[in-house]
Amino acid sequence: MELGKVWNDVFDRVKTWARVNSPWVLHFNSGSCNGCDIEILATLTPRYDVERFGVKLEGSPRHADVLICTGPVTLQARDRLLRVYEQMPEPKFVIAVGSCAISGGAFQGCYNVVGHVDEVIPVDIYVPGCPPRPEAIIDGVAKLLGKLQTPAAARPVEETVI
Amino acid sequence: MSTDGSLSGKRFIVPIGPQHPALKEPGHFSFTVDGEVVTDASVRLGYAHRGIEKATESRNWTQSLYLLERICGICSHVHALAYCLGVEKLAGVEVPPRAQAIRVLVAELERIHSHFLWLGVAAHEAGFDTLFMYTWRDRETVMDILETLTGNRVNYSANVLGGVKFDVMPEIGDTIRRGLEFLEGRTHHYLEVVTTDQVFLQRTRGVGVMSLEQAETLGVVGPTARASGVIRDIRVEAPYAAYADYPVQPVLAEAGDLEARFIVRIKELFESYRIIRQILDTLPVGELQTRMPRRVKAGETVSRVEAPRGELFYFIKSNGTDNPERVKVRTPTLCNMASVLVTAVGHQLADMPMILAGIDPCFSCNDRTVVVADAGGAAYNWEQIRHYGIAFYQGK
Repeated sequence: MELGKVWNDVFDRVKTWARVNSPWVLHFNSGSCNGCDIEILATLTPRYDVERFGVKLEGSPRHADVLICTGPVTLQARDRLLRVYEQMPEPKFVIAVGSCAISGGAFQGCYNVVGHVDEVIPVDIYVPGCPPRPEAIIDGVAKLLGKLQTPAAARPVEETVI
Repeated sequence: MSTDGSLSGKRFIVPIGPQHPALKEPGHFSFTVDGEVVTDASVRLGYAHRGIEKATESRNWTQSLYLLERICGICSHVHALAYCLGVEKLAGVEVPPRAQAIRVLVAELERIHSHFLWLGVAAHEAGFDTLFMYTWRDRETVMDILETLTGNRVNYSANVLGGVKFDVMPEIGDTIRRGLEFLEGRTHHYLEVVTTDQVFLQRTRGVGVMSLEQAETLGVVGPTARASGVIRDIRVEAPYAAYADYPVQPVLAEAGDLEARFIVRIKELFESYRIIRQILDTLPVGELQTRMPRRVKAGETVSRVEAPRGELFYFIKSNGTDNPERVKVRTPTLCNMASVLVTAVGHQLADMPMILAGIDPCFSCNDRTVVVADAGGAAYNWEQIRHYGIAFYQGK
């Protein structure tokens, strides 16, 4: 029993170490204007090069640790966003990039817009701007990595708030 | 992967999207494959539909400008430009020549940034990530220029109704010239890469061929059309802003395949460099803005501009109040989307991302129509369509 606890503890530390050193990121556009998306792409390219933090853009939600979400959530994209979020393995983290993802931005009140991202899924880090500069996105990622240092930061498995 | 009813195992429908690694935007594609070969393709759009056209009706003329600029983050300037040109035409306002020239300057800088962006993304789809990284490194040069000029990297917000917001100082002109010199050298290199790299050519030469007749029938626009030999460029056909003073030579190619689209877009960059230099050399002196009335007199107008992806069309109707009565936008990606479905047939599934990237798709521009299926022949008005849409999604 005691040995099992020690083993679990060591295993948790190894997992946290691995996660902090190489978070795999999934990008989902839930109705954005592209502005944030091209800036996210720019953060991956040589001048900003977020890969130096071990961040890798991943295509499949099942392999991703972090969901970067841009844009206000449209009625069509809401179900897909939920599905993508649910497909990600625990523990999972969400970064909302851009004014629209935070508050609806310029699209507040549009008939096909549900609202901001945290009305649909829980969000850990907010990066404001229209669009945020790549430096701001890197800052958001770095803050999230800081948060991940402690294993307790992992959110307990919970029902998704809709 | 799902079968289409026949359990022979020969034909499958491969669904791709809306979240997929190939593109950064949501769009759903269904490719029917026979083995590796695509036999049929269909697309479902509308994931990024936000209802911007309707929202302009509840905002005044100036507020609508900022909203319309956010239709698309890549070509935000041309959206604002098309809207401004239309509203100014309705209001009967004459914009000073210096402002018009600055508008063209920013539009061409935006074309450079957009084409570099596309070159990188298309190379990424081909699995040529080295080219992707190099082009995006070089693209930062033009992003720096745009930031120096306008204060923002994306969504520059250069236009106001009746003019532009900022002036081009001589020292900024020197910065722009230095940046262009660097970019021009790099562009020569990229032109050489896409026309001589054997591995890359195997992904582009003879892939996604669209003949001149097909291009005309499908009504494609912009560089996609020009790569098939169709001379279709609004800057040449109906010069707007200051394009009458700075004439553009359309870049054409005959082949109509992906290689031709690469060549056309890269050669257009040289044309943009030339126009920007010409504008910097001969920038007219004068005011930057004229006074714009708060209410625009009743009437309707059409405004067309050449976005980096092709013809951008605005219909604007005013009823004499603070707010527009109707703004209709038709974006180039919608015109080009049908060509993807036609040219996809007969190619391998692995070529699909390249063929799709070949038209330089922009889904956030694109997603602006509500298609109501099975309406039973009934016509809806705006209010009914809104209720129908909400009920449809809540019922799901």
